[in-house]
Amino acid sequence: MMLPAVLDPWAGHALYEAANLAKNQPGSKVWLVSLGPKAKLQQVMMTVAQRVPFELVALDGSASGFTDATETAGALAEAIAAIAGLDKSKLLVFGGWESASRGAGATMQIVGERLGILDQFQGVDELKVNADGSLEILERIEGGKHQVSQCAGAPALLGWATGNLPEPKNNPQVGMVNMRTVMPALQKAKPVKFAGEGLSFASVSLPRQLRETQVVKDKSPDDIAKEIVEWIKM
Amino acid sequence: MEVILILAHAEADGSLAKSAREALHAAATLHKSLAGSKFVIGLVGENVQAAANSIAACTATRYLGVTGADFAQPRYGTDAAAAEAICKAAQATVVVAPATSRWARVLAGVAQRLGGRADTHVTGVSAADGKISVNRWYYRQRMESSQTRTQRPWILGIDPGSQTPCVCGAGNASVEKISVNLTDAATRTTIIGVREPKADAQTIRPDAKLLFVTGAGWTKKQADGQTHLPEAEKIILDFLKKSRASLGSSKSLVDQSGEGQAILPFLSHLNQVGQTGATPRHPKGLSTCCHGEEPHTVGWRFIGERRAISLDPNCGWARGKADVLYVADAFKVMMKVNELLATKSI
Repeated sequence: MMLPAVLDPWAGHALYEAANLAKNQPGSKVWLVSLGPKAKLQQVMMTVAQRVPFELVALDGSASGFTDATETAGALAEAIAAIAGLDKSKLLVFGGWESASRGAGATMQIVGERLGILDQFQGVDELKVNADGSLEILERIEGGKHQVSQCAGAPALLGWATGNLPEPKNNPQVGMVNMRTVMPALQKAKPVKFAGEGLSFASVSLPRQLRETQVVKDKSPDDIAKEIVEWIKM
Repeated sequence: MEVILILAHAEADGSLAKSAREALHAAATLHKSLAGSKFVIGLVGENVQAAANSIAACTATRYLGVTGADFAQPRYGTDAAAAEAICKAAQATVVVAPATSRWARVLAGVAQRLGGRADTHVTGVSAADGKISVNRWYYRQRMESSQTRTQRPWILGIDPGSQTPCVCGAGNASVEKISVNLTDAATRTTIIGVREPKADAQTIRPDAKLLFVTGAGWTKKQADGQTHLPEAEKIILDFLKKSRASLGSSKSLVDQSGEGQAILPFLSHLNQVGQTGATPRHPKGLSTCCHGEEPHTVGWRFIGERRAISLDPNCGWARGKADVLYVADAFKVMMKVNELLATKSI
């Protein structure tokens, strides 16, 4: 069975936040740098290309969760650095907090390092651009709290958590404009291969999930409540 | 020969967090099982002496510290520089660090600087025949691997809650101060503060014994054909207040606010547990009004004892995933639970 190819939620939020920011900052532009098997990327584009305007930079390679984050990040950073006309002093790199390499929580940081970005934020839920170009950023920290930071401005890297924006609705006009660049980008997607050197898996397994569930059907709410309170107190 | 470095940061009050002691336990255990290995402690913070003293009786032979006002704040530029300097000074080959938000921000970047590798979501570190292997989770805690690496330094982010905290005693530690030359670029970011709900509105409690999970059923029409949001809100908040449980939520419930549906106002995406949310670790979990889907199951992964209340005896959240499933109306049961809790202290 082939699973549908989609952007994971964090990467999706990052894209929508980037598009929203670009809309409100005249002169800005969004590039979507995406790595995956070409056919999968095409599927992804079918779902996101109608949502927000962007220019695709495609990399044709494995999107397996077991790809080393260092190698994934290397390919992504090279692709970003190679974007023609990109002013790196004004660069904001957005991505999913734990996206690439499927929840590694490492890829974005390495991309930032490779691009020489020292202002990095992870678990971002909110970004405000102040009138002077400085950035105010909310990052998730322990205990349901947010750390509030002020950064002098771009360049910066933001690994997005959920953000606050709803998913944009499909807009066929946006899709038409995007597809002019998406198809050529897919055709010339640079192939990348990952060696996975130095890393050996002794085992990979699904954890045991099945529990013997005792189904309690015939007790009154009062009796159940008593049982639960006793259980909580134990 | 491996040089094992435990990398920790002091808290604002100068203490070491529980997660740091957990990582210390993992590192000390590894040190014990690797003959000839060295064990070094590296601390970062405005002042680290109190933190070092609190673990002075552990088996480490060196204590390294990066201190000063610049290192009080959790900030990528300064934290990465501090961690890099300590790793170099220790000549560390294996770096064990708690995956706090502060370290999770920088560990992979530091590995890149040092030409090493970082592994995250690590829950076990061991050695056999001189070879180190780690257990870690992939695909948002859906798959667990056992793996080894040849690259060094190998930086390991230990998931908080996955280890027993070390109990090594206090004493007087001699901390070697490591100097870091910070460039202006490292301090372009200033931490303004921490935003948190008011004390009585804080529903996320990582150290709570119980995780209370609410599902979308709380906002749906009940037996009388009506929704009962105010009642649901009162019952849930009352229970949290009395039980001191931490509040988790299914994705479908927290997503409702973005979809214009009736919502429980105290829930946010921070409460979300599961595939696209958090995977908290608590000894017990009680799920209410949830419907079962595989992503939710991930939210249960690290919960010890699990019970659920649902009107659906075939609820996928509970069947095969909970130890006990009560087929009942969660409104009625939880109201009674609150009454009982009002008379009994937890």
